[in-house]
Amino acid sequence: MAIDIPRIPLGDWIEAGLDYLTTEYSVVTRGISRFTQTGINAINDALAWMPEWALMALIALLCWRVSGIRLAIGSVLGLALIWNMGLWFPMIESLTLVVFATIVAVVIALPVGIVGALSDRLYGVIMPVLDFMQTMPAFVYLIPAIPFFGIGSVSAIFATVIFSMPPAIRFTTLGIRQVPKELIEAADAFGSTRGQKLFKVQLPLSLPTIMAGINQTIMLALSMVVIAAMIGADGLGSEVWKAIQRLRPGDGFEAGIAVVILAMLLDRLTQAFRKPKKAR
Amino acid sequence: MSETQQTKIQVRGLSKVFGNQPKKALELRDKGKSRGEILEQTGNTLGLSNVSFDVQEGELLVIMGLSGSGKSTLIRCLNRLIEPTEGEIIIDDENIPKLSEKELLHCRRRHFSMVFQNFALFPHRTVQQNAEYGLEIRGVDKQERIRRAGDALKQVGLEGWEGALPNQLSGGMQQRVGLARALANDSTVMLMDEAFSALDPLIRKDMQQELLELQHRMKKTTIFITHDLDEALSIGDRIILLKDGEIVQIGTPEDILTNPADDYVARFTEGVDMSRILTARSAMRPVRATAREDDGPRTVLRKLSENSLDSIYVTTRERKLLGLIEADAADRAAKEGIQSIRELIHNDFPRVGPDEPLHNLFAMFNEKSYPIAVVDEDQRLLGVVVKGAVLAELAEAGEH
Repeated sequence: MAIDIPRIPLGDWIEAGLDYLTTEYSVVTRGISRFTQTGINAINDALAWMPEWALMALIALLCWRVSGIRLAIGSVLGLALIWNMGLWFPMIESLTLVVFATIVAVVIALPVGIVGALSDRLYGVIMPVLDFMQTMPAFVYLIPAIPFFGIGSVSAIFATVIFSMPPAIRFTTLGIRQVPKELIEAADAFGSTRGQKLFKVQLPLSLPTIMAGINQTIMLALSMVVIAAMIGADGLGSEVWKAIQRLRPGDGFEAGIAVVILAMLLDRLTQAFRKPKKAR
Repeated sequence: MSETQQTKIQVRGLSKVFGNQPKKALELRDKGKSRGEILEQTGNTLGLSNVSFDVQEGELLVIMGLSGSGKSTLIRCLNRLIEPTEGEIIIDDENIPKLSEKELLHCRRRHFSMVFQNFALFPHRTVQQNAEYGLEIRGVDKQERIRRAGDALKQVGLEGWEGALPNQLSGGMQQRVGLARALANDSTVMLMDEAFSALDPLIRKDMQQELLELQHRMKKTTIFITHDLDEALSIGDRIILLKDGEIVQIGTPEDILTNPADDYVARFTEGVDMSRILTARSAMRPVRATAREDDGPRTVLRKLSENSLDSIYVTTRERKLLGLIEADAADRAAKEGIQSIRELIHNDFPRVGPDEPLHNLFAMFNEKSYPIAVVDEDQRLLGVVVKGAVLAELAEAGEH
């Protein structure tokens, strides 16, 4: 005998909630939207204003300083290929989105991660939320982004920040919790305040781990920025998207290769930052 | 010793229960239950039970016990790295367990600096920055900080290493940094938690000597924790023996050795360490220089003058001890052109096995001014025992 259990209208509730937020907090969302758009435009304009060769030289110099000559040469070759394929501006647009999304994500993640490390109770709250954020299919974030912020880059940033933030939080928490107990004890024994302990001992010692988290965040941001082409984000993702719609695998792969080059460059560069500084 | 000393810290009825039912655990203790029974009934561990003692201004007090005796808990209760469950700890009219968080911070900065077993240096800070840490968090200005940390580093012999990072230093040097970090702070009390236990034996001996010298110079009240009776006896002005969270005996090293309070202390001192302390092996020093049987008189003379000795042991290649040569005999032989030194060797000096009790040795010093040679069953030279104040003390303790 079948019992007629009414279907729980979970989806309806979520939609109602989102509708409510969209209408009631449109001032907030519009504010965020304007701020984000301005930020993106500023970064984008600055990067696009520079001649291609100048930006390449700048990036190569940065690579050489933080890593070495190999990465510098690699960066020049990779960027030259992107330029040659005519994908320079889409690459700049993607890079802009990644940089902006990463900055926002890190600015939110660091304090949250610190709080999670210092308070066991908040740790218990934060971790399940992070699990939720990371396991929810990334596309799902794109849908509510549109009613909030409309089609375009701002929605892409919103989805990207949510998707890419968890590792930065996790690694920050992990890094601080991994600081050896004896060092905390030493800091306490000399009469450090909480703030002194955090800024003089815990954060400096967890920096390599936090940088590993930021590296992960950047990589996730790049992957999401590409997917965000589906809701109208500019950049390499939209080149891929166009190639799919026009059934032109050659163009698709070219854009894909550009994404790979950008990813490798960002990855190697941020990993180089992680290596402990040599003693003076 | 007999001058009137001031009490720096008074510890009264200090107890610590690890677990969630401290009240019940202490009630059970007051009913005379043992540690084991308390653990069984409450699941809580009685770390310290009713510990009372005084620390005198300027003394080096050693708290000694085996692992699990509660000594680490005790030292951490003093500056509340571990919260005591009950009891008073009074330092300069302040009762530490009653202090608010802010007062505690202030108290730690003023009164306590700590040296840790595993050094606990900050790996991202240079030696200089490590030494400055205590001053930095107190807001001492930069010039003053640099000067005082520099002074402390000089005290421990680390001049010239200011810019190095801790992991570039050996264990012994790292602990010197730990010591400098504590000294720079100029706190009134130094807490040393098994400070030398992670060092290898030779460096450890050196550090003990240096601590004694520092202590002699600066007269800083020091509480030193160790599980090693040798260490306790050689550095402590007074020793507190701790067992299962309770004090078994408080006394000078002599008291502990000669009048052990109970079987536990007696077993400790006799069974484990007494024999080691009171034999030739533990008192002997390595021989600075020896001559070979086939050396000429001039070689012998050079070795004597290089090491500023007036007599030297002669050995075979296998370090088997043949005898002793006097400087003036070698000098005469050299002038007369004698090639071999064999005739110059005499055997008119004491020699003993490594397990010879020290008080037997002490009598030998009175006959001759030579040091005592320590040899093994095959007559190989192991070292010498020289007459010295340390030996005299130990021998005295051993006679009772």
